Amino acid sequence: MKARVTVTLKTGILDPQGKAIEGALKSLGVDGVASVRQGKVFDIELAGTDKAQAEAALKAAADKLLANTVIENYRVELLG
Amino acid sequence: MKSAILVFPGINRERDMARALRMISGHEPAMVWHAETSLPKGTDLVVVPGGFSYGDYLRCGAIAARAPVMDAVRDHAAKGGLVLGVCNGFQILCESGLLPGVLMRNDRLKFICKDVHLRVERSDTPFTRGYNAGQVIRVPVAHGEGNYAADEETLKRLNGDGRVLYRYCSADGEVGDLSNINGAAHSIAGIVNESGNVLGMMPHPENHVEDIMGCTDGRGLFAGLVAHLDRAA
Repeated sequence: MKARVTVTLKTGILDPQGKAIEGALKSLGVDGVASVRQGKVFDIELAGTDKAQAEAALKAAADKLLANTVIENYRVELLG
Repeated sequence: MKSAILVFPGINRERDMARALRMISGHEPAMVWHAETSLPKGTDLVVVPGGFSYGDYLRCGAIAARAPVMDAVRDHAAKGGLVLGVCNGFQILCESGLLPGVLMRNDRLKFICKDVHLRVERSDTPFTRGYNAGQVIRVPVAHGEGNYAADEETLKRLNGDGRVLYRYCSADGEVGDLSNINGAAHSIAGIVNESGNVLGMMPHPENHVEDIMGCTDGRGLFAGLVAHLDRAA
């Protein structure tokens, strides 16, 4: 089973990297970019086929390691 | 003072730390590999040194914070044992939950490697008793992620409970935007946990302990720890 965990910065947390990318896009002349926030994507392959079990494992992975919940939110998706 | 220095893959300041501790405490520190599950018997001080553990993969300190040895450090801290984290060590202590908050990218995105001034906020702690309250010391920093952040409630508690021990300041002790090198909340350079026995700081006091280094302002921190433990013994 394939899954994706997306980790993003919480609203209100300053993201200097996102700001720098935003500036670079503007200097490249890419129009209409209002703001950029940088995050991380983890593509994970799971051994089992039980969806509930997979979701629990991914949540544990995100809580224990993939995200720092002081500053980051995460989203878990099962891609089948 | 019996000290134990944790060693993770990618750490590079452990020898500087060992040299400073050997010189000031008169005891050879134990080097403890990250896969160990216990600390040497009678350890007074655990030091988490600086460097780039696991190449700063995922987040600075994130992977080291989950190493087996960290459970032993948690036990040591829960019993009141002293823990000092410097630079990457500070990041590891935050990631492990021993200290609140997180170290973000420096606000101007640059790796900063230079001497900075720190104001010692109080002298009545094991980590600052070698200094006077309000004293300004000069020590080096070398980090890309030293921008301390925490939620408002945590910052209020850190400030209100006197848990900020070191702040970035100017040469004459003024704290403000100009001397706040990395954008840290309230110019925070070093904080302690609630019970005051775990310190995390970005600057490197171990690199200003001998005349040949051009400055010995960092000695006070280690000398203070030795004095604290001598008195407790």
